[in-house]
This record gives sequence, C-alpha cells and structure tokens, in this order.
Amino acid sequence: MNIPAELKYTKDHEWIKMVGDATALVGITDFAQSELGDLVFINLPQEGDEVTAEESFCDVESVKAVSDVMSPCTGVVEEVHTELEDEPQMLNEDPYEAWIARIRDITAYGELMTAEEYEAYIQK
Amino acid sequence: MGTYVPNTEAQKQAMLSAIGVGAAEELFAAVPREMLVDHLDLPEGLSELAVRQKVSAMAGKNRVYPTVLRGAGAYRHFIPAVVKSVTSREELVTAYTPYQAEISQGILQSIFEYQTMICALTGMDVSNASVYDGATAAAEALAMCRDRKRNRAYVSACADPQTIQVMRTYCFGSGMELELIPEKDGRTDLDALKAALGADAAHGADAAHGADAAHGADAACVYVQQPNYYGNIEDARAIGEAVHAAGAKYIMGCNPIALAVMETPAACGADVAVGEAQPLGLDVAFGGPYLGYMAATKAMFRKLPGRIVGQTHDVDGQVGYVLTLTAREQHIRREKASSNICSNQALCAFTAGVYLTAMGAEGLTRAAALSMSKAHYFAGELEKIGLPRVHSGEYFHEFVTRCENPEKVLRALDDHDILGGLPVEGGILWCVTEVVTREELDRAAAVIKEVC
Amino acid sequence: MKLIFEKGAPGQHLTLMPPCDVPEVTLSRPRTQPLDLPHVSETELTRHYTALAKRVHGVNDGFYPLGSCTMKYNPKINEDMAALPGFTQIHPLQPPETVQGCLEVLHQSEKLLCEITGMNAMTFQPAAGAHGEFTGLLLIKAYHARRGDAARTKVIVPDSAHGTNPASAVMAGFTVVNIPSSADGCVDVEALRAAVGPDTAGLMLTNPNTVGIFDKNILEITRIVHDAGGLCYYDGANLNAVMGVVRPGDMGFDVIHLNLHKTFSTPHGGGGPGSGAVGCKDFLSCFLPGPVVTRDDSGYRLTQPEHSIGRVKNFYGNFSVVVKALTYILTLGREGVPEAAKNAVLNANYMMKRLSEKYAMAYEGPCMHEFVMTLQDLKDATGCSAMDVAKGLLDHGIHPPTMYFPLIVHEALMVEPTETESQETMDEVCDVFLSLWELAHENPQALHDAPTRTPVRRLDEVGAARNAVLRYTGT
Repeated sequence: MNIPAELKYTKDHEWIKMVGDATALVGITDFAQSELGDLVFINLPQEGDEVTAEESFCDVESVKAVSDVMSPCTGVVEEVHTELEDEPQMLNEDPYEAWIARIRDITAYGELMTAEEYEAYIQK
Repeated sequence: MGTYVPNTEAQKQAMLSAIGVGAAEELFAAVPREMLVDHLDLPEGLSELAVRQKVSAMAGKNRVYPTVLRGAGAYRHFIPAVVKSVTSREELVTAYTPYQAEISQGILQSIFEYQTMICALTGMDVSNASVYDGATAAAEALAMCRDRKRNRAYVSACADPQTIQVMRTYCFGSGMELELIPEKDGRTDLDALKAALGADAAHGADAAHGADAAHGADAACVYVQQPNYYGNIEDARAIGEAVHAAGAKYIMGCNPIALAVMETPAACGADVAVGEAQPLGLDVAFGGPYLGYMAATKAMFRKLPGRIVGQTHDVDGQVGYVLTLTAREQHIRREKASSNICSNQALCAFTAGVYLTAMGAEGLTRAAALSMSKAHYFAGELEKIGLPRVHSGEYFHEFVTRCENPEKVLRALDDHDILGGLPVEGGILWCVTEVVTREELDRAAAVIKEVC
Repeated sequence: MKLIFEKGAPGQHLTLMPPCDVPEVTLSRPRTQPLDLPHVSETELTRHYTALAKRVHGVNDGFYPLGSCTMKYNPKINEDMAALPGFTQIHPLQPPETVQGCLEVLHQSEKLLCEITGMNAMTFQPAAGAHGEFTGLLLIKAYHARRGDAARTKVIVPDSAHGTNPASAVMAGFTVVNIPSSADGCVDVEALRAAVGPDTAGLMLTNPNTVGIFDKNILEITRIVHDAGGLCYYDGANLNAVMGVVRPGDMGFDVIHLNLHKTFSTPHGGGGPGSGAVGCKDFLSCFLPGPVVTRDDSGYRLTQPEHSIGRVKNFYGNFSVVVKALTYILTLGREGVPEAAKNAVLNANYMMKRLSEKYAMAYEGPCMHEFVMTLQDLKDATGCSAMDVAKGLLDHGIHPPTMYFPLIVHEALMVEPTETESQETMDEVCDVFLSLWELAHENPQALHDAPTRTPVRRLDEVGAARNAVLRYTGT
C-alpha cells in the first residue's frame, strides 16, 4: 500500500497536501481506491464551493456503489481537477497525482494523521 | 376456483414434513393471532371460461368507435401486424428488468436500439430506456434542470393540461416553483416569456445572488410542447434563444410522429427532449400503458433519470449490452438519487422500437404527412360549413374550431358512430390521423352540416 | 448479434401506408436532418426480433427466484382479456357513458384490492411501485399540510429498505431518517422510539420485510408512529406472502402501494409496464390523485377528490395492467388468494430447508415468501462470491436470486420461488445450488469463469461506464 510520508491523512481515507500557507490539494488514498474498486465517475465540487472539514464535498462512483469524499479541511474550492471527469481511472491508477480539488483560505482542519499513524490505522 | 399452484396435496404434505411442521399455518406463527383474516369478502374463484365471460362482458359495455376524430394526448394510429406478433413473444413479456445481462441480451439490445432510434428522431445525443408516460417524462425533465440557484420552472400554458397537472404534483413534492407562460393566439406568448425571463437576460446570473433578485432570475428551465395541445406549431427556435439568453435550460415535449416532418428539438436548441410515445405502436387502451421518452444533450446526460443501456464487451471480446451508469439510480444512491424510478415501460419501448423498424423513415414520414394532410383537409371542410379555426398559423394533425353548440355536434356525430373532437374552451379540438379516410371525413362533415 | 441498423439495405421496407387521398400539405420549416431509422424487409424484421427474444430468459423459460420481485407465472387468460378490442380501442377521453366497462374494471379492482389490503379507497394512476411510493408519501404530506402541521418533514426508513423508499421520500420533499435493523432483521423498536417525534411525517415499511421475516412487533411499531403523530406507509412489494392471510390495514398502516406486476401476476415485460396502485384509509381518500371512479344510480362516473394532490400520471394509469390483475383476482377468488400466499410461504420454506444443508442463512427460519442466504463464509473458504454462484446458475438455465440485497447482509442471495413452482422444479434447482457449493470447493475457478453457455459471458461493466456508448453511431 502506497502511503507517501509527506502527506497527512483522514480516517475517511482522504489525503491532504499543503501547497501554501492556507492552500492545499486533497484527494483519496491508495487504500480508498483499492477498497472502492474500479471508479467510473466522480461528481466534482464547483469552484467557489465552501467546504467543511469532515463533511462530504464530492462523491465517487464505482459500478455498484457510490461513496462520499469528505473534506479534510474547511475552506473554499479554488480549482477542481476536471480531467478526472473524463478519466476517473486516474483515481485508481495514481491516487496521489489524481488530486480532486485545491482548497484555499483554509480556516480549520479535521482530525489528521501522519503517514505512520495512517498506516497503523488501516492495519487495524 | 382457479389456481396456479401446481403442487398436489401429497407434495405439500411431503414438503411440510421435510420442513418439520404439521401445517402451512404454522409457518405464519409470527403473525399475531388476532390479526389473522377470518373472513375475506371476495367472490368465489372462477374457471377460465367463467372469468373470460365475466371480463368480456365488461369490455362489451364499452363503445368502440369505428371513426375517431379525438386526440388530445392519446392517438389512434395504424399499428402494423408485425408489431403485435413480435411483441407478444413470451420470453420478453415474462422477463424482469435485465439485471442478469448474460441471459438478458435480447432486452438490453432492444433498449440500446430504442435509445438509438429516439436519438435519431429527436437529434439528441442520449436517450434513457423509458419512463412511465409523456407527462411524467416532462415532470422528470423539470427536476433534471433544477439546481441550488435555479428552482423555478416556466411552463407554456399551451402544453397538455394533464402534463401541466402532473408537473404541478411533482413540484408540490420537490418544492420547485412552477409558473405558466400565457397563451396568445393558441401559442406560447413569446413576449410574456421574455418578460418573465427578462431579469436574467438583463443582469446575468449574478442577479440571483442579490437580496432583491429580480423575478425570473432563478429560472431553471422552460417547457414547451411541440406541436402544442391545440395542434399548433410553436416558434420553437425563437423560444429556445430566449431561454438560453436567460441561462435556463430548454425542454421540448414533442409528438414523435410529428418529428418525422418537423424540425427536431436538437435543431431548436433543446437541452432535453421528452414526449408521449404512445403514437409509436401502442393502443389507446383507455389511457395506458403508454411510453415516456427522454433524451438529452451530452452535457446533460448524467442527469437523465432511470435505466440506460450501454454497449460493451464480454470476457471473450464479444459485443454485449449492460445497464450502465447505474450509480445515478435509487438502488445505489438511495436518498441522494435524483429520481426514484425503478420499473419503467420496457415492453412499450420494445414495441416502439419494432414499430419504428417496421415503418422505417419512409413509412413514418408518410404517416405524419397523411395525418397532417387529412387534418388540413378536414379543417377546410369544417370551415366551409361554418366551423372555422380559432387560431391562425401552422398546425400538425390537431386544430381547434369554433362551434356554437359543441354538445349538439358531438351528439350528432355519435349517432353516426363517430367520436368527434374534444370540447375545449372556445370550441372543439379535432384530431385526424392516417387511419381516417377521406370518405369518413366527408361523412363527418355532412353530419355536422345538418346540425349547424 | 448484429444491431437492426446493421441489417437490411437502404430501400428495403414494408408496404404499410396507402396513397394520400387528400391534397398534401407540408410545413414551412420542415425537418431537414436525415432520419436514420432501420431499413429492413418484413422477413428480416421478424427474424431479428425473434432472435432477440431467444436471448432473453423469462418466467416461461425457467425458474426465476428473483427475491422481492415475485416472478410468479403470468396466466395467459390475463393477456387475452387485456387484449379485448373493447378495452384496447377505447379512447381515454370518451364520454363516461361509453366507457362504463372500463370504469367498472377500475371500480371492481378497487373494491377487491381494498378488501385484500384492509384499505378504503384506491387509485390506479401510479405506473410502478416507486411511483406509488411517491404518490402515497404525497398523501401523507398533504394530510399534514391540511392540518396546518408544517413541522412534520421527516420520513423514517429502515436500513434494510429498498432504495426506492428513501429516494421517493426525498422526491416528496421529506428528509430521510434511516434507522438500523435489529439482529433478527426486524425493526429495532427502541431505535424507532428514539427516532420519532414532532417532526415525524411517517414511517415506510415492508412486512414481511426485505429479509423475508414477518415483523412480530408490527402493532407496536405502527402504534409508536401513530402516537408520535406520524402515519404509516406500507410498501406492498412483499404482499404475496400474506395476501388473504393478514391485511396491512389491520397491521396499522394508513396508506399502501401494491405492485400489481408482482403480487397480482401481471407480467414484467422486461422492466415494465407495471402498476403501483395506492390504497389508503378513509381519512386520506380526499387527497387521492384524481380522477377517481365513483358509482351512483346512473352508473360509474369520474370525480375529483376534494383535496386531491393532483395527477401523478396521464389519464387513469396503466389500465391494461389493471385488467390483467382483475382477471387474476376473479380467477383465484376468496379461497385462491390466501391459498397462493400460503403456498408461496410453503415453497420458500421448503427451499430454505433444502439449501440450508450447505448454505448459511442470514436469518433463522421459518421465513415467509422469501429468504436470504449469506455466502460470506463460502467466499472466505473458497473465494467464490454470491456473484460467482449466481453466474454458475445461469449455465443451468436458472435465473439467479436477487444479489447483494438487502445491503445489510454480506454476500446476499435472496430467493423467492413463488407459489407457482412445483416441488419437482424446486428439487432440481436445489440440486443445482448444492452442486455449485461443491464446485466452489473443488474447482473455484470454474465458478469464476461462469457462465460459459450463455449468449455472451461476463460483461465489462467498468468499461461500459467509463466509455459510455449509449447509441449506435454507424460503422
């Protein structure tokens, strides 16, 4: 299981990567994509959406299921990764490159884990 | 009594012994005793012969008119013999929704072909596998266009009144606002539509954010029927331009036979095309089952409700068909689904597919041209005897004429085994399809002439 | 198999339309786009659709134990009756005096089905079960609104419910409160008690429930909801287990929908048309969709209920389906209706008993008309899933049970044989089920590879969704 050391993780299996003071990229983890199976669609948020830590801000679909993606932080969607709409398989193939949204003006974070903590968490 | 239980008493006893109970009643032990039905007030069961006689007697109390000049949402068209022959195949009739694709390829492929034909008729990119009827298709289309900022649907007052009623009921449920655009000379009043939408066009979508957002700024969509309830052809392109200028979505409800000779909704700029597909090979049958078709542009296709069939391959590389994009639907998305539709009108869609195949482009175009030409001929005859059209402009196979005493006219026709047009405000709404001959039309005109 | 568009040749056609006997007219803005419809001869047409029909498994082809769908035999007399010209050729807007037979069909059906369900009034406008749910929930909404009680915005749905329940509640403008089921698959009464309150509009429930068990606490459940001021909605998907034996109205339900295409033997047509008749108690009848059929000295009439929620469909619903259901009820009659239910339950228990020789049941018996197996242990032991076993059945000409439903059971297979299957058929099918269990242990790969004898094998659903090809666009 790929768990890059430089990222932080949520218990709902999202990752967050800080790219500025109050700006971050967010996505789903390798563990999440392997549990969800082949993803066929993502309902992306819209630019300008306000997102809240630990609340759903988009969802992903496999053939048989739909799963909410929870935001690791509270802020505003600055940019969405629109390529995922046409190529949702990127979420399966390279989950850490397949960021979902860039969040700006972050004012709060949900409960986050380090890579080590997350690895221990998914071992359970 | 009649029964379809095959097991004999001996078999039932053997099964009860295998289960380890003495009587079938013991299997209902969880049902509180006091709740069990002790007397069911139903008639005694009947043999097949007796039930045939009883139900046939009911059918016999209905009046079948050899000549029908009434439409208003239910149309008696010609149905080729092959349609009934092919659609009565027991495998299709007795199957469920094609959940097991490997043994349902016939249904799945037929729906894929139906989707293709609906796209061909409408010019749209994507069709679903059907909904209940034209009215529910229109109501579902309104929901497709709704979003957080746009919660108001504008509906032409020239749409079928039943369709409007169904849309109102759906909006009562969802909380969407519905506003009618008034009629002018039997058509959607374009100026009134522009005025209603004006705020958007003038101020752009941002107006919706203002505390005192102008009326119309929350327009999600506009619904127009083509040809409309009165049979008149709407200026659908101009309406579409006004709708899009306001940033709203354009829904057209089109008669599928008229589409053979009329500009397609795609050409008029529609985002969603819906309609009642009963004319495509289905009996009038006292109102149902009918068939709602729904098609959309590529940009809107994920918002289509209900089943959609897609083409794919099996593990050996053979082409095959499956229900696809299912994660949009209620069985997966549950309370987050945009529609609850599960069962649809699959056999009716199959029928429409067979009908369109039998007719082909040439046959369908002829059916449309004949219906329209005969309607115009009849309108001319009625005008000669003092029943002129109420509206001006072009129409398809329905039209409204003035009539001083509709009841008298309709009763006279009835006496000659003719079902006349439908009384509406201001006159009578007539419909002529290809199955009515010139002789029948002349006879109807002669009957009317005698009483007018 | 080729698509109809790939067959025939331009110019091939049927001869259907006569020459025009009046002057021809055209529109000033005619269709300019080409109309790409098939071009085949009548021979080719019938062969194509016959070939398609052969690639479908219906009840007439073999055993079809699709849980919750009640795939009972569809009597042919029903089809004959619905095809009478005295029904098929009737325009829905004919004067009432010329459609007395149609109105009698609706009125009779309403009377008989109300007796079976313990309701007082019924509409046949809804076209399917989900449509009926939506209609029934709007009755509840209108009822609370008319009392001026705007606070009742929540509908309680058990987590074992079919997905249409929560989806219908949202379409009707309610918020859904999901409550967990207890260990026996029934309503967790304490969870329900905690969930109800002044914001409760109603509860949606099937009984027997989706795991095939009759909820013995049903009177307490409906009382809890009523005491809180809510109404009780009965999803009739599982009525086949209890029709003529116990009535939803007597269980405390206020409004119900029936699936005439399940319980009352009308065919499913590959996904529809169905009929989702909605029945209610007297106090809700003034809200029913209009028109409804009433009777006076002069005969049957169509009238509008005083506080109708409005129309939910054109005209009077899927009328022909109602004709079929009425024919069925008249055939079975007073004795036949409960006999069908009792035999449906007997058959299900017999299969449950035989299959429990190898398969693990999700809940202990006795069951009602259906039962749920969990193949989690089998999957852990052999790697073969519920899906694999289902696909194995296909090679034996058996339609698989409902898979992966209800969601609360892992690796679920839900079996509903119905009363119209014989012991010998069920024995053959049970033998196949048991042999597949052996096969899973001996040669799991064979099950992973199944089916191999069907027209196509397992299909790439992921590819279908990622690269959606939804119509033919030419070669």
